[in-house]
Amino acid sequence: MSASSLTPLAALPRGRSLRQDAWARLRKNRLAMVCGVVLAGVVLLCYGGPLFCSYRIEAQNLDMGATPPSAQHWFGTDEAGRDLLVRVLTGGQVSLNVGALATLVSLIIGVAYGATAGYLGGRVDSVMMRVVDVLYSLPFMVFVILLTVAFGRSMMLLYLAIGAVEWLTMARIVRAGVQAQARQEFVEAARSLGLSDARIIFRHIVPNVLGPVIVYTTLTVPAVMLLEAALSFLGLGVQPPQSSWGSLIDQGAKSMETYPWLLAIPAAFFSLTLFCFNFVGDGLRDAIDVKSSKD
Amino acid sequence: MSAILEVTDLQVSFHTRHGVVKAVDGVSLRVEAGQTVGIVGESGSGKSVTCYSLLGLIPQPPGRIEGGRAMFGGQNLLGLSEAELQKVRGSRISMIFQDPMTSLNPYLKIGTQLVEPLRLHQGLSKAAAWARGIEALREVGIAEPTSRMDQYPHEFSGGMRQRVMIAMALITRPELLIADEPTTALDVTIQQQVLDLIKDLQKRLGIAVIFITHDLAVVHEVCDVVNVMYAGRLVESAKAEALFAQPRHAYTRALMRSIPALQDRGQALYTIPGLPPDLSLLPSGCAFRARQTEDRQGLCLTDRPPPLREVAPQHWIQDCPGCVEGGLS
Amino acid sequence: MLRFILRRLFQSLLVLGVVFTATFFLIRLKPGDPFSGEKAMPASVRAQMEKRYGLDLPVWKQYFVHAAAFARGDLLPSLRYEGVPNAKIIADSFPVSLVIGLSALTIAIGVGLPAGIVAALRKNTWLDYSAMSLAMLGICLPTFVMGPVLQWIFGLKLGWLNVAGWFERSDWILPSATMGLIYAAYIARLTRGGMLEVLNQDFIRTARAKGVPGRQIVMGHALRGGLLPVVAFLGPAFAGITTGSFIIEKIFQLPGLGQHFVGSVFNSDYTLVQATTVFYAALLVLINLGTDILQAWLNPRVRLT
Repeated sequence: MSASSLTPLAALPRGRSLRQDAWARLRKNRLAMVCGVVLAGVVLLCYGGPLFCSYRIEAQNLDMGATPPSAQHWFGTDEAGRDLLVRVLTGGQVSLNVGALATLVSLIIGVAYGATAGYLGGRVDSVMMRVVDVLYSLPFMVFVILLTVAFGRSMMLLYLAIGAVEWLTMARIVRAGVQAQARQEFVEAARSLGLSDARIIFRHIVPNVLGPVIVYTTLTVPAVMLLEAALSFLGLGVQPPQSSWGSLIDQGAKSMETYPWLLAIPAAFFSLTLFCFNFVGDGLRDAIDVKSSKD
Repeated sequence: MSAILEVTDLQVSFHTRHGVVKAVDGVSLRVEAGQTVGIVGESGSGKSVTCYSLLGLIPQPPGRIEGGRAMFGGQNLLGLSEAELQKVRGSRISMIFQDPMTSLNPYLKIGTQLVEPLRLHQGLSKAAAWARGIEALREVGIAEPTSRMDQYPHEFSGGMRQRVMIAMALITRPELLIADEPTTALDVTIQQQVLDLIKDLQKRLGIAVIFITHDLAVVHEVCDVVNVMYAGRLVESAKAEALFAQPRHAYTRALMRSIPALQDRGQALYTIPGLPPDLSLLPSGCAFRARQTEDRQGLCLTDRPPPLREVAPQHWIQDCPGCVEGGLS
Repeated sequence: MLRFILRRLFQSLLVLGVVFTATFFLIRLKPGDPFSGEKAMPASVRAQMEKRYGLDLPVWKQYFVHAAAFARGDLLPSLRYEGVPNAKIIADSFPVSLVIGLSALTIAIGVGLPAGIVAALRKNTWLDYSAMSLAMLGICLPTFVMGPVLQWIFGLKLGWLNVAGWFERSDWILPSATMGLIYAAYIARLTRGGMLEVLNQDFIRTARAKGVPGRQIVMGHALRGGLLPVVAFLGPAFAGITTGSFIIEKIFQLPGLGQHFVGSVFNSDYTLVQATTVFYAALLVLINLGTDILQAWLNPRVRLT
């Protein structure tokens, strides 16, 4: 602030913060922007859409049976005569919820673990990272399955179970970033001022590793949604009459010969969402990390 | 003496999204057998691009050689196909680079990389090439060359790696070595050793050397002929003694004033004010005008680029009245 | 090197111990037990069964009995398949999973590696863009979407292959392709990234200055370094392919180990769950050891310690 009293601000060349820079680069990436908009649309549709639907997810109409998309049922109905549109949208809510919450769990564990290891360094670090290496080499899908059956298929535990196995890469990324930062002068300075370790980690270092964390978080969401869908496909995820995209795809795949729309529509929604998340994540990576940006 | 390499009016530009950048504009060079020719200039002056384009090593696109000739052994290098150039590179013309830490492949054994030119250009068997490789390492002063052949670059220090680079460049006994800032990235003490090694090998093998550097002190030590480049053009070219005895161009004088060893003790170090110009926004006249501090600056050409003129036998200058006393009479 | 391998193997034993313990207790937390099947069992028969398999003992005693058996290499008999040894169940079903997994990995590498290399060499051309868009599609299409689509095209419409089952020699093609193409997408992206990184390095310029021809630069100088990210991915990829077989085997109705694992979890077949989990973990531990050695071989700066 003292600098501004010396030089009139208007005289300085218009500097841009790193964040503005990244945002400008992201804006130029048309594909990522389009994907971001589509994603926002999907989210709005899933959470807002069911409010305007006249059908309930569990409302069956057995006389009707499976019908292809029509004026009454835009996405058609399933074998039990349930409206697919409302089922796809509420299913989307479940999938997106899992994506968000499980990612949050993995984020918390990963950042805390990685930051601690990277900051403390030395023996503690090597033991902690060795543990991560070992966990990496476990058949984690096996453990997700065991965790879900062991704790009786509650949704909350599903989030926890998925989050609990998805934090490993996050921990590695954070640890690498922290380790690079921990050697910097400003950390030395903070330490010499007598700041506590925890304070230094969370006030000084974490903001600096935010970039990679944001990128990887965006990429974790689709990975987590994929895992949830796989569990639902195996019959381990959400239970009927609730639906998620994974369980809808599971039901659709069983009858794809006769009622192809039951598979096509949820699969299209699911893949489109994953597609957009991945492109937004890639775009963010290019925008935040100058080094790996194109040309 | 006959020239082994004669470059005339080389034009190289880069076509980027922000417009065309003339990186090299009308540069001519002459290298005689066994001679050491220096190219001096700040970063971005086009000294490296000049040499890289001779061997087809600039990325094309965006780079493009727009004109000129480079006669080497009766061939115009600029007109050769990639396949023909590959036969010249590493066989008749070799290069060494600035940063020995990154210029060697970290995934391959020193020996494998060292003898690759022999295997490629002379078709030697693996065993014969390996034996020559051991010889070559000994020649550049690396102890225990036999076991060093089996090691990887990360097991070598910076100076040692540059020695390996030199051995690799000279292993095919080329006629010309292009050394692109070979000592810049090294420690001061190592710099001298590497310079001595290059001088020594040059004398023994009788090869010609093009020495690219920004350091006039180094030029003074090794070069017979000096070419000073600024903003993609030659500003002065002369025999080393003549140039150092009487620098004619203001930029050459400015460069010389900035050699620390030649400055008065206790004085603040002289540096050339400002930065080299943006090559995509070159002024239409004298490119050095904006950084000129001599009192004739007002006379610099502003309407057209100054032409090259031979002011004494083999002493060429870029003839700008503001930069050269009695210029453009 | 040998010391490294021995140390890792010793560590692996600890890991397997942890895996066994976690599995043992987790599966027992699940409501229900192996004998609470469809039809109710008379109490006397049930008591007899429990006695025969030692399930009447306190859990901690069972733990030590089982742990001791596993430590001896005895995977115990299955509880649901009335006394069939778990080792036999694994030996019968794993080859199916192995065939699918290995051919999927072959397809993944065979398609992904060349695609990534070409994309890197022809960066920012239509070849690069189309290869990378396809790769992104592959990443976003889960196996349980890709599988049914392939079944529909090649099984139902064209009639070239069986939709599902494990009867004919050609039955491996669809499941392997489903999984292989998805992993090919990951490998293509990693290869492209790795190659681009390496191709920008100074030592590639050195090779060009030596007169090394383009193809030889790619094969001899760039590939080794460019492949490192891919090799690092092989471990997780193999893990993904093995556990991905749960889904593939369900889609294509294959009698592989994945089916048995999922089934045993649903059925609370305690010993079979333990046996398959420990088997999977041992497999992955070995694969990871293999990729570590491969990485050290490719990158001289990596020391195995």
